[in-house]
Amino acid sequence: MSKSEPRVGLFVTCLVDLFRPSVGFAAVKLLEAAGCRVEVPAQQTCCGQPAYNSGDRADTRAIALQVIEAFKGFDYVVAPSGSCAAMLKKHYPTLFETQPGLLARAEDLSSRTYELVSFLTDVMQLSNVEATFPQTVTYHDSCSGLRELGVRDQPRKLLSSINDLSLEELSDADICCGFGGTFCVKYPDISNTMVSSKTGNIEATGATTLLAGDLGCLMNMAGKLQRNGSGIQVRHVAEVLAGMTDEPAIGGSITPDHDVRDGGN
Amino acid sequence: MQSTSHNFKDNARRAIADPNIQAAMAKMKVGFTGKRLAAAARLPEFEALRDAARDIKNHSLANLDFYLERYEDKVKETGGHVHWAPTAEDARKAILDICRRVDAKTVTKGKSMISEEIALNDHLEQAGIKVVETDLGEYIIQLRKEPPSHIIAPAVHVSKEQVEADFRAQHQHLPAGRSLSEPTDLVNEARQILRQRYLDADVGITGANFLIAETGTSIIVTNEGNGDLTQSLPRVHIVIASIEKVVPNLEDASTILRVLARSATGQEFSAYTTLSTGPRRPEDPDGPEEYHVILLDNGRSSMLGSEFQDMLRCIRCGACMNHCPVYHAVGGHSYGWVYPGPMGSVLTPNLIGVEEAGHLPNASTFCGRCESVCPVRIPLPKMMRHWREREFERHLTPKSVRGGLGIWAFLARRPALYQRLTGLGIGVLGILGRRRGRFKSLPFAGGWTKYRDLPAPQGKTFQQLWAKQQKTRSTTK
Repeated sequence: MSKSEPRVGLFVTCLVDLFRPSVGFAAVKLLEAAGCRVEVPAQQTCCGQPAYNSGDRADTRAIALQVIEAFKGFDYVVAPSGSCAAMLKKHYPTLFETQPGLLARAEDLSSRTYELVSFLTDVMQLSNVEATFPQTVTYHDSCSGLRELGVRDQPRKLLSSINDLSLEELSDADICCGFGGTFCVKYPDISNTMVSSKTGNIEATGATTLLAGDLGCLMNMAGKLQRNGSGIQVRHVAEVLAGMTDEPAIGGSITPDHDVRDGGN
Repeated sequence: MQSTSHNFKDNARRAIADPNIQAAMAKMKVGFTGKRLAAAARLPEFEALRDAARDIKNHSLANLDFYLERYEDKVKETGGHVHWAPTAEDARKAILDICRRVDAKTVTKGKSMISEEIALNDHLEQAGIKVVETDLGEYIIQLRKEPPSHIIAPAVHVSKEQVEADFRAQHQHLPAGRSLSEPTDLVNEARQILRQRYLDADVGITGANFLIAETGTSIIVTNEGNGDLTQSLPRVHIVIASIEKVVPNLEDASTILRVLARSATGQEFSAYTTLSTGPRRPEDPDGPEEYHVILLDNGRSSMLGSEFQDMLRCIRCGACMNHCPVYHAVGGHSYGWVYPGPMGSVLTPNLIGVEEAGHLPNASTFCGRCESVCPVRIPLPKMMRHWREREFERHLTPKSVRGGLGIWAFLARRPALYQRLTGLGIGVLGILGRRRGRFKSLPFAGGWTKYRDLPAPQGKTFQQLWAKQQKTRSTTK
C-alpha cells in the first residue's frame, strides 16, 4: 500500500445504507479504482438533515458532532449524495457559528468532504472509467449537488467515457423532482405535481435508464415512473460508473437465481 | 387582506385540480425563466451587479434610521408631507384622512403591493370612495374581485379567454360584436376605459420601488405608463412605501435598477422609470398640488437585527416565484396572503405571524433555485429553515412530525442501536418487497405511496454487508 494512497472515509448516507447498499459498494469500487484506501466508520447513521430541515437544531448538532468525531483523521470524506455531502460541507459549520472550537472542527470536516463523482473527477483527476452500459440514459441534476456543490459537468464527463452509453439530456434537468426529504410526505399533493412534471420530461427523452447522484430523488422518480407503469430503469450514477448494474434497478424485482447482496461485488 | 395561509394545503389541492391555473403556470414557468437567463447572459457584469445591489441594500438597512430621516427632511424641503405609519391601520387612516380632506370621490391607483398588504381598497370603498386600479393586471383582478397571485404579474393566473369574458361582462356599454380575441384588443379596451378615470380622479396613489434619501425622490417602474398618469393628473399624489425601500442616492437606485427588470421580466429596463420629487413647482407644466408619502413599518423594524434582516433587501422582482417549482405547482393564491412564493414564505410569517403562516416556510424542498436567481442574494432557504426552527422551539411543529422525529433522532444519535434495529427492520421489508421489488402501499407510508410506489430495500444494510466483507477480507489476507 503506497503512502500516497489517500485515506477516504465513506459517508454511506442513511438511504444507501438502508435501501440500496449496492450503491455503497459501487462507491467503494470507484474510489479504490481511483487509488484511494476506503474505510467505513461504524459510528455513522445519517447526516442529520431530517432534524435540520424540521427545525430541530439540538439533535442536528448532536448528530453533526457524531459525524465530525467518526470522520476525524481521514484525508477525505466522500458521500454518494450531493445532498448529504452538502450538509457536511456547507451546513455543519453554520451550526457552530458561536463556538470557535467546534466551528474549527466543523470547518475542518467541511474542507475534506466531497460528493462522490465530483471527488473522483476534481480531486482524483479521473477522466474516464472502465465500464460498458449499452443503454440510452438521461441524467437528473439533484438540487443540492448542483446548486450547493456545483456538480453538473462531472457526472456527464465520466458517463461519456462509458462504452455503448448514449446520454440524452433531460429538459428541466435542474428543476427539483419534488422529493425534498420529509417534504414529499408532508405535502404529498405538491410533491406529486412536481414529480409528475419530472417524469413527463424523463419519458419525453426516450431514454431507457434514468440516472442521478442522490438516492432520495431516485427513489421518488422511480416510484412515480413505476406507479405510471413506465419501464424506464432507475439507477444511481455510481452503479453505472462502477459497471455494477447486475443488481435489479431501483424498485425493480429480484430474479430468484440472482443474489449478490451478500458481497456487493 | 384576510389571510388563508393556514389553509395552504387545501388551497394548494384546489389549485392543483384547477386546469386554468395549471395551464397558466405551465406557461409562466418557461416564459419568465428563459427571458431572465437571456438578459443575464447579455450583461457580462450581471453577477457583479447582484453583489453591488446586495451591498447597497445592506448598507441602507444598517443605517436605515439615518436614511429615513434624511429622506423625510428632503421630502419636506421639496414641499411634500411624510406620514409615518407604524401599522397598517395607521396607514389606512392617514390615506383616508387625506382623501376626506380633499373631498375625494375617485382614487386611481398604480400597482402597489403595500396597498394590498394594508387592504386599502376595501377601506376606501367602505368610506364611499371609488377606487380604480390602473395597472392592467390589477384592473383585471379588481374586476374579478380577486387578490393578486404574483407580485409583478398580479393576473398571471388568468387566461386571455377569461379576461375577454370579464371585459364583456363588465364593459356592457361597448358594442357586443367587438373583437377581443387578441391581447392588444384587451389592452386597448382597458386603456380606453381607464383614460377617462385618470381625468376624473381626485387622488392618485402609487407605490414606490425606491425612496432616495439624498433628494427625497420616489421612483416607480411600470411597463404601461399608468403610474405616470396616476400620479400627475390628480390634484393629490400619495406614495405608499414600506420603510426598507430607502437607498442613499440616485446612483444606488440606478445600480439596483440594472438588476431589477432583468431579474423580473428579462427586460433590460422597464418601459417607464418614473421619478417624483414633491408637488408641482410654479415652473412645472403639470403635476399634483399635494405630495404625500406614507412610510409603512407594519412589522418590518422588528426584522432588523433578527435572522430575517436579509429579507428586507428584497426589491420585489418576483424572480424567486418565477423559478419556484412549488409556486409553479400551486400558483400564487394558495399561499393565502399578499406575498406568494419563496419571498412570501419568509416575509409573510414576519408580517402576520408564524401561527397563521407556518405552512409557507415548510412547503419547500430547499431546492435553492430561488436563492440562485435572487438579484440581491437573499438566502431564502436558510430563512425558511429559521422559521422551522422557531416553530420547533415553540412546539408549533405538528405532533406527529415531532414524535416521529424524536424517535428517529434518538436512534440516529446511537449508532450501535440504530444499526441493530434498522438491520432488523430492513430485513423484514426486504423479504416483504423481495418479489415485486417495490410496495404499492405500506402502513405509515401513505404520504409516499398515495402517489408513487416505494422501492423495496435490497434486504441487508450496507453496514451489515460491509462488516461481513471486512471479516472475510481479513481472514483471507
